[in-house]
Amino acid sequence: MTSTDCLAANEWICGEYVRTRKEELLDATAQHVGIALSAVLIGLLVAFPLALAARRWGQGPVLGLTTVLYTVPSLAMFALLLPVFGVSAAVVVTGLVLYSLTVLVRNILAGLDAVPRDVREAAQGMGYGRRQLLLGVELPLILPALLAGVRITTVSAISLTTVGAIVGYGGLGNLIYSGMESFFKAEVLTASAICVLLAVVSDVLLLGLQRVLTPWVRHRAGAESAR
Amino acid sequence: MNLGTIPDVWTWLTDGSNWSGADGAWQRVTEHVFLTVTSLGLACALALPIALWLGHVGRGGALAINISNAGRAVPTFAVLVLLTMSPLGKHGDWATTIALVLFAVPPLLTNAYVGIREADRDVVEAARGMGMSGRQLLSRVEVPLAFPLIMAGVRSAAVQVVATATLAALPGGGGLGRIITAGFQTYDTPQVVAGAVLVALLALAVEGLMVVVGHLVDPLRKRAVRGAAAAPGADAVPPATGGTGAAEVRQPEKSAAP
Repeated sequence: MTSTDCLAANEWICGEYVRTRKEELLDATAQHVGIALSAVLIGLLVAFPLALAARRWGQGPVLGLTTVLYTVPSLAMFALLLPVFGVSAAVVVTGLVLYSLTVLVRNILAGLDAVPRDVREAAQGMGYGRRQLLLGVELPLILPALLAGVRITTVSAISLTTVGAIVGYGGLGNLIYSGMESFFKAEVLTASAICVLLAVVSDVLLLGLQRVLTPWVRHRAGAESAR
Repeated sequence: MNLGTIPDVWTWLTDGSNWSGADGAWQRVTEHVFLTVTSLGLACALALPIALWLGHVGRGGALAINISNAGRAVPTFAVLVLLTMSPLGKHGDWATTIALVLFAVPPLLTNAYVGIREADRDVVEAARGMGMSGRQLLSRVEVPLAFPLIMAGVRSAAVQVVATATLAALPGGGGLGRIITAGFQTYDTPQVVAGAVLVALLALAVEGLMVVVGHLVDPLRKRAVRGAAAAPGADAVPPATGGTGAAEVRQPEKSAAP
């Protein structure tokens, strides 16, 4: 029994498929990671000023708007952005950025709210300006909440990127789409499995980053449970 | 930005011929609502009793909380396509319905579990001390206290189901997504955008409806109103904070503490 049989028999799991289409799989994975990653990074760049603005001028409108955006289904979101950007990766990236704002803005605000007043007053008493207070005191303190938000955002972005296949920029979603149209089982299953793997790996990497950047969270939790 | 499509989108939406017929917009709305209601109902019937029981006995917390994280990592589009290509795909809407139920279960399970676990322990202990049985405790004390979070889970699940039902159009299922996919096939951008507008409106309507229903059936609503009247200025019930986000922000805080 040769390994090419699984291609001819259209089996779900097929090593020969992976061997012969390695290039295609790598390209799709690269596009997938590129789209998801740029969405999370742009999302962070937009979420910060938005959260600071919300803190200064009232949280209601910003939280309301991001919740409404989150309610719009992904296929509709990409379709609505189509006339704005035309058929391009920008449609998918922008859609994912808009989704990321819900969780990121909420978590940044929750983190800022949780900064103890004593800490803020102590910093002000030591002569910290508004900018120094934000970067030197508040930012490190909101890191745990922020990173938790980044983890959720990243995993969702990787999963939602597949829907970008509707405009041809869905990374692994493109393979799922073409496999669906030609009823190519191995292509659909392999692309789906890589997609889940990407999400899990990025989650674990971000968890590691969380542990390295905020070691005090674990120490404190340990101390509390030891008490 | 190509603003020129906006009048065309309006023309599409106001053209009666796009709404009637076997693949008209009314038919698609009906399919979408039917799929959403069936799947959400099935998912609630499946997940809520399990979550309430797990929360009551205080077991399976890791499962109840991590299932939401796992659900997020699995692409809905991939599951829809895989199920449609499996033998299940030959049985009409069943592949879609199963996929919808699968993605509605995690938010229901997580929120209901967390809600029951976070019910004020003093109140629960007091009720136990008054001689309430496990069943009475659950139905008269824990569920009413956990109600806001249970409803947040239902809302989150509803949003998820509406979104996934839209995607079901890609592997050939029914629902409003069909208007979008059909528009893409014929390079008809106004139709694509019109379909997207309808989907977005339906999603927002469902979310709004869930907020109203949640408020009307809240078992503590009347008592909260009475309590607020008795003690003016007391913030009886915290205002609803958009279900999806609220539920999702809670989880990482839970899982962050080892």
